[in-house]
Amino acid sequence: MATLDSKIPKGPLKDKWTDYKNHIDLVNPANKRNIDVIVVGTGLAGGSASATLAELGYNVKAFAYQDSPRRAHSIAAQGGINAAKNYQGDGDSFYRLFYDTVKGGDYRSREANVYRLAEVSANIIDQCVAQGVPFARDYGGLLDNRSFGGVLVSRTFYAKGQTGQQLLLGAYSAMNRQIARGKIEMFNRHEMLDVVLVDGKARGIIARNLITGEIERHSAHAVVIASGGYGNVYFLSTNAMGSNATAAWKIHKKGAYFANPCYTQIHPTCIPRSGDYQSKLTLMSESLRNDGRIWVPKNMEDVMAIREGRKKPTDLSEEQRDYYLERRYPAFGNLVPRDVASRAAKERCDAGYGVNKTGEAVYLDFKSAIDRYGKEQAKLKHITNPTAKEVYDFGKAIVEAKYGNLFQMYEKIVDENPYETPMMIYPATHYTMGGVWVDYNLMTTVDGLYCIGEANFSDHGANRLGASALMQGLADGYFVLPYTIGDYLSADIRTGKISTDTKEFEEAEKEVTSRLDFFINNNGEHSVDYYHKKLGKIMWNNVGMARNEKGLKEAMSEIKALREDFWKNVKVPGDQNEMNPELEKAGRVADFLELGELFAKDALIREESCGGHFREESVELDGLQKGEAKRNDKDYAFVSAWEYKGDPADAILHKEELEFNDIELKQRSYK
Amino acid sequence: MNLTLKVWRQKSAKDKGQMVEYKVTEISEHMSFLEMMDVLNEQLVNSGDEPVAFDHDCREGICGMCSMYINGEAHGPDRGVTTCQLHMRMFKDGDTITIEPFRAKAFPVIKDLVVDRMSFERIQQAGGYISVNTSGNTQDANAIPISKQAADEAMDAATCIGCGACVASCKNSSAMLFVGAKVSQYALLPQGQVEAADRVMNMVAQMDAEGFGNCTNTGACEVECPKGISLENIARMNREYLSASLKG
Repeated sequence: MATLDSKIPKGPLKDKWTDYKNHIDLVNPANKRNIDVIVVGTGLAGGSASATLAELGYNVKAFAYQDSPRRAHSIAAQGGINAAKNYQGDGDSFYRLFYDTVKGGDYRSREANVYRLAEVSANIIDQCVAQGVPFARDYGGLLDNRSFGGVLVSRTFYAKGQTGQQLLLGAYSAMNRQIARGKIEMFNRHEMLDVVLVDGKARGIIARNLITGEIERHSAHAVVIASGGYGNVYFLSTNAMGSNATAAWKIHKKGAYFANPCYTQIHPTCIPRSGDYQSKLTLMSESLRNDGRIWVPKNMEDVMAIREGRKKPTDLSEEQRDYYLERRYPAFGNLVPRDVASRAAKERCDAGYGVNKTGEAVYLDFKSAIDRYGKEQAKLKHITNPTAKEVYDFGKAIVEAKYGNLFQMYEKIVDENPYETPMMIYPATHYTMGGVWVDYNLMTTVDGLYCIGEANFSDHGANRLGASALMQGLADGYFVLPYTIGDYLSADIRTGKISTDTKEFEEAEKEVTSRLDFFINNNGEHSVDYYHKKLGKIMWNNVGMARNEKGLKEAMSEIKALREDFWKNVKVPGDQNEMNPELEKAGRVADFLELGELFAKDALIREESCGGHFREESVELDGLQKGEAKRNDKDYAFVSAWEYKGDPADAILHKEELEFNDIELKQRSYK
Repeated sequence: MNLTLKVWRQKSAKDKGQMVEYKVTEISEHMSFLEMMDVLNEQLVNSGDEPVAFDHDCREGICGMCSMYINGEAHGPDRGVTTCQLHMRMFKDGDTITIEPFRAKAFPVIKDLVVDRMSFERIQQAGGYISVNTSGNTQDANAIPISKQAADEAMDAATCIGCGACVASCKNSSAMLFVGAKVSQYALLPQGQVEAADRVMNMVAQMDAEGFGNCTNTGACEVECPKGISLENIARMNREYLSASLKG
């Protein structure tokens, strides 16, 4: 079996990145002008990379399927961004952020990458403030922090509940400056449909202009994929409707290994589904768990009474409620990491305690917080015996200031007032830790082909901590890739412009065109969504929050059968040479139908429970941790990197053994 | 509920376009407006017709991709929401709903309900940034304290999602709310003040070049804005513009 070279620099963990930067080859400014870089995707990772590469002097071609980089789904991230600034003086440090991230990822990430992430995190905040990102501040004018799940310090910076939006607009503004200078050529409403390799190196892409349908060839000296995650393989997720895995999957088919596809994050605080017509799920920021308490009724009679509308949640006394996270995990309570919180909700709902009609909802209650803040405010205002109404009004004002937009969003969707009655929440697919395998340089197994942000696998292991996605996206784009890609491009200064008039481009274009023609001419029976929904159901039922051998094998064969049916019976209306959203969806769902099978296969071979991957066969049988996930470090402390060989079931597994020198492997305990 | 939809259909930018009537049945009040459109499109695909093209992506009111002019209002009859957050409980059984694209000279129709908002992009490129390199060599984030009030006001302005509802709602197709929000965000922060004069001059010049109209203080933009961007931002932009002009 081939071994993967992660190219981790030698030396002590804390010096690796600095030493690396001191010894890489640089490209002189005059030569940078002769080098082209393609960036696919313009969210936090792609946007920040495009801007920085252009500032350095490279010619950047950036691609987005939306009509502007500002629409990328990074914009929907609510809660915040972590950085080891230690502004609160609560003991934070690079090491602690590194430690929390590796532990939170259940010891399945690469130490060197995570330490580098922690190191550059502080700089991200400096950078964003300089760009005019309006982070929340305290009355002294300094930056405010909140705390997030799975950690014991306050290191999360935020801009209301719209942190992702503000950070993305920051990266977008940096891009705009370079677009105006002509250093970034922006291709909005374009979708990458294949990568082009010349002599084993990534040298360009084939893209479709989504307005005219025209197929275009674009060349470059290196290609960067920053196209986000594959959560929409479940059909229902908190991703945007257009979020897709096509760019990542296409490069996988051309030789980039795909790593750990089974590591998917199911986010605990989403609005429960309401009907079959549902097109997506809406996430409520995890920051709500700072002040909200999660519970279900203790007694089954109360559950039934609530479901039948005979009782309201507010009718139940404290003794009649089961604050199950506080009960099971007294040390972290409602702030346990996402995977733990999600499984605990599923456990209660599977046991029959779900509080809505579908039985898939738990309560998130702000009553205690309103009361606590209200009393605090009364004291500040020197009111000695505040009335209940005064306490409520003061407390509500504080909660509103902190989470107002989230409460409003909830009310618009559910039509209930969450200040008066607890919110209902249920877990939903949110983020994918797995992705394209990359080495320390963020290069895939194909030369000159890079992958950054959520699309790669590198930093979050088997579970991502809250507020770390924004950190990783911007770290990759602003501070890591611009160095590592230079080291590679320094060998390319004499190459000259890459021609698109070659057989490699021609063949790739032909492949793309024939596939599009097939969809248009197939005239089958079923719409693309018909297949996507079926795939989503298989994934959620068998490869969702809890997985077992039987279910995974079933999923693999069901997905294969569904894929075969798709290629016989899919129906795509309209033409190729026009704006055709159904045609776009068809290509994306075709890729999900392959990825889904590899996902199940990956989950099948990983016979341990770690992070977001929970195998029912692998749980602690006794002691304090009874019923909790059981990791197996002896046999599974590796990254699964899959090599494409045609059918996803035939993919070949390569293992990158994970070494832990600076951190002791322990069972994650949040008890 | 059962509804009649009158939808703008236009094959391409060159096509003339027309309203076409469709019926949808068994629409749940809990659906979002776009989920209702999904039902219509599934119906059209199954009967061999071309579905209605419309822009959408995040479906949670933040990406700014969705547009639609519904019953004469940008983003429909509800307040403080985008079309994707509009729920069918705002309508009643038997209603006829008129659905058109955002209309403005600077937003030409691409297809059906999809419009081209590249004019907004060009305005941002004209000055919607602070000229600082992403080198990471900037000063510490806490080096310059910013009053909570200024930070909060900048944040309120920065909340704009760039959807274009302000333009679609304005009788003059003015983009002053959109541009005013960006100018304000930076004008309120010390980091943005260095280039404040150039920024406002350049952005306003580009706005005019794109063919957006002037502001005549009707305030429809503020009413229809899904993010509640305040008219104060237009006033602030005008002040910034005036002082920049005087500096010459």
